[in-house]
Amino acid sequence: MSVLRELAGTHYVYWTAMALLGIGLYGMLVKRNLVLKVIGLNIFQSAIVLLWIAAAYKRDATVPVLDQSIPVADPALYMNPLPQTLMLTAIVVGVAITGVAFALLVAIHERFGTLEEDELLERMR
Amino acid sequence: MPAPVLVSSLVPLAAVLVSLAAVPLILLSARRPNLREFWTLAAAFAKLALVVALLPGALAGRVAETRLLELSPGVALGLRADPLGVFFALVASALWVLTSFYSIGYVRGAGEKRQTRYFASFAVCLSATVGIAFAANLLTFLVFYEVLTIATYPLVVHKESREAIAAGRKYLAFALSAGVALIAAVAWTHTLAGRLDFVAGGLLEDVALAPGAGRALFLLFLGGVGVKAAIVPLQSWLPAAMVAPTPVSALLHAVAVVKSGVFGVVRVVGFVFGPGWMRELGLDLLLAGVAGATILLASLLALKQDNLKARLAYSTIGHLSYIVLGVALLSPAGFAGGVFHLATHATMKITLFFCAGAIYVHLKKDRISQLDGVGREMPWTMGAFAVGAAGLAGVPPVNGFLSKWLLCLGSLEAGAPWALAVLLTSGLLNAAYFFPIVHRAFFRPAAAQSDEAKRKGEASPLLVVPLVTTALASLALGAFPDAALGLFELARAVAVSALGGGGAS
Amino acid sequence: MTPEHLPVLIPLATLVATLVVPFCGQRRGRAAFWVASAGTLAALVFALGGLAHTAGGGRVAYRLAGWQPPVGIELVLDPLSAFLCAVVAAVALLVLAHSRRIAARELAGRLTPFYAAATLLVTGLLGIALTGDLFNLYVFLEISSLAMYALLAVGDARAPVSSFRYLLLGTAGASFYLLGIAFLYMLTGSLNMADVAALLPGVLDSPTATVALVLVALGIGLKMALFPLHAWMPDAYAHASSPAVALIAPIGTKVAAYVLIRFFFFVVDPEHARSALPLLDVVGYLGAIGIVWGSVMAIAQDDLKRMLAYSSVAQAGYLAVGIGLASPLGLIGAVLHVLNHACMKACLFMVSGTLRRELGHSRLSALDARTRRVLPWTSAAFATAALSMIGLPPTAGFFSKWYLALGALERGRWLLLAAILVSTLLSAVYFFRVLERVYLRAPAADAAEIAAPAPVPGEGGIAWATLPTVALAAGLVVLGLLNARIVEVLLRPMLPPGL
Repeated sequence: MSVLRELAGTHYVYWTAMALLGIGLYGMLVKRNLVLKVIGLNIFQSAIVLLWIAAAYKRDATVPVLDQSIPVADPALYMNPLPQTLMLTAIVVGVAITGVAFALLVAIHERFGTLEEDELLERMR
Repeated sequence: MPAPVLVSSLVPLAAVLVSLAAVPLILLSARRPNLREFWTLAAAFAKLALVVALLPGALAGRVAETRLLELSPGVALGLRADPLGVFFALVASALWVLTSFYSIGYVRGAGEKRQTRYFASFAVCLSATVGIAFAANLLTFLVFYEVLTIATYPLVVHKESREAIAAGRKYLAFALSAGVALIAAVAWTHTLAGRLDFVAGGLLEDVALAPGAGRALFLLFLGGVGVKAAIVPLQSWLPAAMVAPTPVSALLHAVAVVKSGVFGVVRVVGFVFGPGWMRELGLDLLLAGVAGATILLASLLALKQDNLKARLAYSTIGHLSYIVLGVALLSPAGFAGGVFHLATHATMKITLFFCAGAIYVHLKKDRISQLDGVGREMPWTMGAFAVGAAGLAGVPPVNGFLSKWLLCLGSLEAGAPWALAVLLTSGLLNAAYFFPIVHRAFFRPAAAQSDEAKRKGEASPLLVVPLVTTALASLALGAFPDAALGLFELARAVAVSALGGGGAS
Repeated sequence: MTPEHLPVLIPLATLVATLVVPFCGQRRGRAAFWVASAGTLAALVFALGGLAHTAGGGRVAYRLAGWQPPVGIELVLDPLSAFLCAVVAAVALLVLAHSRRIAARELAGRLTPFYAAATLLVTGLLGIALTGDLFNLYVFLEISSLAMYALLAVGDARAPVSSFRYLLLGTAGASFYLLGIAFLYMLTGSLNMADVAALLPGVLDSPTATVALVLVALGIGLKMALFPLHAWMPDAYAHASSPAVALIAPIGTKVAAYVLIRFFFFVVDPEHARSALPLLDVVGYLGAIGIVWGSVMAIAQDDLKRMLAYSSVAQAGYLAVGIGLASPLGLIGAVLHVLNHACMKACLFMVSGTLRRELGHSRLSALDARTRRVLPWTSAAFATAALSMIGLPPTAGFFSKWYLALGALERGRWLLLAAILVSTLLSAVYFFRVLERVYLRAPAADAAEIAAPAPVPGEGGIAWATLPTVALAAGLVVLGLLNARIVEVLLRPMLPPGL
């Protein structure tokens, strides 16, 4: 039981991220609607972002801002700022990808009048 | 014979490149046939002169060598005019001169299309052939070997008919598969030995070979060079390739291309594996057995052919294996005989193909059953044919007798009486498939024909002079083997250097 | 100009072009062409400068905005990255010149976005080659991918669909990579390649490291279309416009292969990658399957573009085989093939573009000898490039196969050797099928003569399309003859010290 509690207690972020990864992949691979596929992709990316942020987290630590009003005695009690900035970039990249994806979906819808994979295959023939 | 001295020289390179340099000139003068053919002839004569210039050095043990850039780290694009190379280059370039004249007569007489492509491809083929002859290492050999494969393809499909395209596919399927086997073999040799230079006595001589690996490597090599050498069961592309114009069949499919394969066998046996490994691994017996089978099978199949060129093609397959057999026996006389047969068969077989082409252009006949009485119309042509046929059957004083004699001596020397039996049987079969043709041509009355296109007299001198010349060359080479170019001397020098033994006969 | 600025100047040149192109106006795109070409040319000049500077094993590092690594981002010019930059910029420049006239036809009215996306793509690819930071590599990977999705989305009616499919798989691949380096970051606390390389040996045996390596291989495998992750490629190439494919096919997937090399031989200890983990073996054998599979599928195609796309699957397999061998000869073969294949494929896709421009199609079953009569130089270039693809000496294609075959023999990988050799025959089948038609097939009796291409005002003469094609074809023979020098001078110094 103690193992389970440890897994649930301290590693729950990882479990959540893994679950989101699975959900996202499932959406991308199995859903037949192209918009749902994009949503799956977004969930997949969010899971990875979450994982990075979780890796930077420290218990009882504070935001890495040098602010006189928040006295921090030990520099180790700042959270690691690097993953957070990196993930900002990754989120921007993700947004750009989503934008292009939607632009493509608009073009597809204009040409074939549908975003359902099955109908699309039918009409492209 | 003293150990050869390497002399740095650009002549081998020039001999290879001269016909390649003619290609753009040929292409540029496509609209002016006479100028175009002038370039071909100029290149042919220049090539012959350059090769002849290398002859004295090769005989005296001063080997001209060109080392260009590296092809792969440690392996140069190297050309070396050693006796064997000069021998082969000499045969190919001398016959190219005659074939060039003959080609002009043939393509104009037969009204072939795409003559520019024809002459350009021919020139590339000759560059590749001399490149193969002079290649100083396996990688250089491989490069020219593949160039030859590709350059021959346009000539095989020249007629652009359905049949020609099918023959082209068959040719490519065989030749490219062989190229792949050869690439594997060369790469493997490089991995085993760390170098690729041809060495008299074998570059693998001092390399430790596991018996299984050594035999597998040899089989890869044999697959690689055996296709062009038309060893059974890799021979079937050659009869198919006879759809090419006759000069192509004459020079490429009786001399340059097929002998590049045989030349490859000589290089592999004498200069890659060496007699030591050949005997140790039992490869000499394997090779001799395959060659013997090829000789008998091809001679029997030749009997069945009614198409004249097809019969000549099967005869070529058989005679190529004479050379292989001679080399496989690993005795000095056999080796020298095999190498010498490379030249004698060339002069004789090219004569026969020239005759077939002259008959085709002049009378539009390509079947043996149509040849009744042709000899009286075309006495020079059929006379030359008779000389070539007699030579291939081994009748003195034509040069074929000489090389066969050496081969027979070689089989006794090697203690292989079965090889002697194969050679004698095949000689009889040769007579059996050639003499009926001569008999028909001279002693049967011409079939009554109301053919309005029937022509009297001989074919154009552009066709007849080359074929009479090659027939006379066959006789001269038989009567005075060392008179003109020292071919016989060269063949013996090759055998001595490869086997390291005493002189022959 | 001092050499220490070269690493940043190379991608900056094309990035500036990307930013300037939109100001060139929407209508004709003529100015956009010149800006894009100038940017690419500048990048090429800088890359060649870098190549000269690093030849023999030099290394130039540039710290972006002055931040110290490992926190700051480093751009590194070493023999390998300089070589790749030069290849990318040179091929891109030739393709841009070639496409000038074809783009004006196929992408009429969309030239400005095309040139913006094209230069962005080149920027991304150059960035991938140069960066010394694992996360920055992800960003450049996605920049180039974004440009690729946009470029591939324009073409026939189905282009957006195949581009969307590529987007899903490509983003998934990049995400796997991001996940992989997340684990590496957790293990080492650093993302700077040199730093990670120094820290990693202590923790390589942990399961986390194994998961990270597998995820990176998976993600990059998707990007380089490694079998069985290649499904996106044939469709994407077949439906997109010719200029876009001619730009992407030769260099796009190559850069992904470069990432594999950089990651598994420079960041990870190659000895570890070779011995402890069979991952590279898997990559090699998948590559071998891809070689055979791609070649077989290429035989079955009737459209030249689609056939070339499947042949690209096979060619990605060559790179994977070289990487999987994890030996000096294998790597030399792979990197040499990056150069050779970039030239061959660019040449072949240029031919396909010219055919579509002049004949209106690239269906193989509709080609005959009229093609050669109308486009003699293009046909000759195709023949040369085809011989090189088959791997016949003395063309360049033979020599990359030669080194790969030597590498396979050296390591006793007979199956890999067999795949390399068998593919020679398979590619001969599908290329000679085309050559037979172009040179030997008599036109049907009722076939109309094709008009010789006439110069269209404002589009430039046929020379724009033909000269780069012929130059590349001639280059293939030159590259073949000079390959030993390329290997000795440029490729040997770049081999990782651990091999």
